[in-house]
Amino acid sequence: MAELPNTQETLTPDTFLRGLWEENPVFVMLLGMCPVLAVTSTTMNALAMGLATTFVLVCSSLLVSLLRNWIPKQVRIASYIVIIATFVTIVDYSIQAISLELYAALGAFIQLIVANCVILGRAEAYASKQRLTTTFVNSLGMGAGFTLALLALGTVREILGNGTILGIHLFSPDFQPWVVMILPPGGFFVLGAWLLLFNWLRLRKERKQAEQIGVTAHAR
Amino acid sequence: MHAEPLSLIFLNAAIVNNFVLALFLGICPFLGVSGKRETAWNMGLATMFVMLVSSAAAFGINWLLTELDLLFLRLICYIAVIASAVQLVEMFVKRFSPALFRSLGIFLPLITTNCAILGLALFQTAKEYDFVQSLVYALGAGTGFTLALMLMAGLREKLALARVPSVSQGAAMSLMLAGLLSLAFMGFAGLGGGHG
Repeated sequence: MAELPNTQETLTPDTFLRGLWEENPVFVMLLGMCPVLAVTSTTMNALAMGLATTFVLVCSSLLVSLLRNWIPKQVRIASYIVIIATFVTIVDYSIQAISLELYAALGAFIQLIVANCVILGRAEAYASKQRLTTTFVNSLGMGAGFTLALLALGTVREILGNGTILGIHLFSPDFQPWVVMILPPGGFFVLGAWLLLFNWLRLRKERKQAEQIGVTAHAR
Repeated sequence: MHAEPLSLIFLNAAIVNNFVLALFLGICPFLGVSGKRETAWNMGLATMFVMLVSSAAAFGINWLLTELDLLFLRLICYIAVIASAVQLVEMFVKRFSPALFRSLGIFLPLITTNCAILGLALFQTAKEYDFVQSLVYALGAGTGFTLALMLMAGLREKLALARVPSVSQGAAMSLMLAGLLSLAFMGFAGLGGGHG
């Protein structure tokens, strides 16, 4: 973050949208990769994980922002971790109460939200410096971006690896699923493929811009 | 449950259910510090040490919290212990090897948010391992982590000299490599009794 410690960001649509695309935690910043790869074998799991992470992210960012003037600088990381762990415990018990099936599918990864660097990163880089409202909008955007990335992986892996989306069959019965896609290597491959796609788009955009500059320079 | 022999626990954690390549734990340092073999090796050792300390501590905490009937505090206690263990390692490394301290950089304090370590503590609790089994499990997980990191670092050192299309440079290429490694490790499935 290029901002000075005490500058307060004003609330703009960009506060929210940045997390979705420009600073997408997964595709651009490569943070919080473990759950992204581990629980995205089906769309449903990906969605649940995304929502759980967003909840923890928003709540802990709000609390950090609220307490930002009271937390001494030396113990800030420890305080953030304890705040995050508290909310994760809440989510952990809630999911257990709502759906045991989902709880079993996500396994230890709900509790591992504590160790998700997206959340700690937000607390350290943003929430500890900004006002409550901007923090809320920004962390909501980040959470949405994270969920989006999880869904991007989850749907591709479920369609290719199982031939279904949200449990609904898409192909005729003689479709041979690519089992490897729901196994661990598939996670790496699909995420790698998404990154390739974004790299390609970015390079193409840069080339076009360069061409345009070239054309205008020529016209002069 | 408790009859599982120690050698199997070790093999299971190190190879069959490799923490990085099969369980997707600790991906951040796996992608971040695997540029050079030497750094990867040191990072692996540091992580293994933290794993051993926090595994032993987690065993004690779990026993204490079960006695006191305060299990909902488990997660918070685990992460606090891990953070302290990392602090310990950081001071140790800074004192005895400033060069190593610089080369590990930001990734040293980030061991705290390495989910491999918290994952280890949670898994050993879920599997109800006794004290010795927990330690062996931690040792296996640390070995597996170091192994994956070293393999990846070796590959990336070679890759630095290879001509790669500009589109696939950076993280995308690393992820593809990791996928291939993971595919190779799947060949070990069934070796240590399979299931995680």
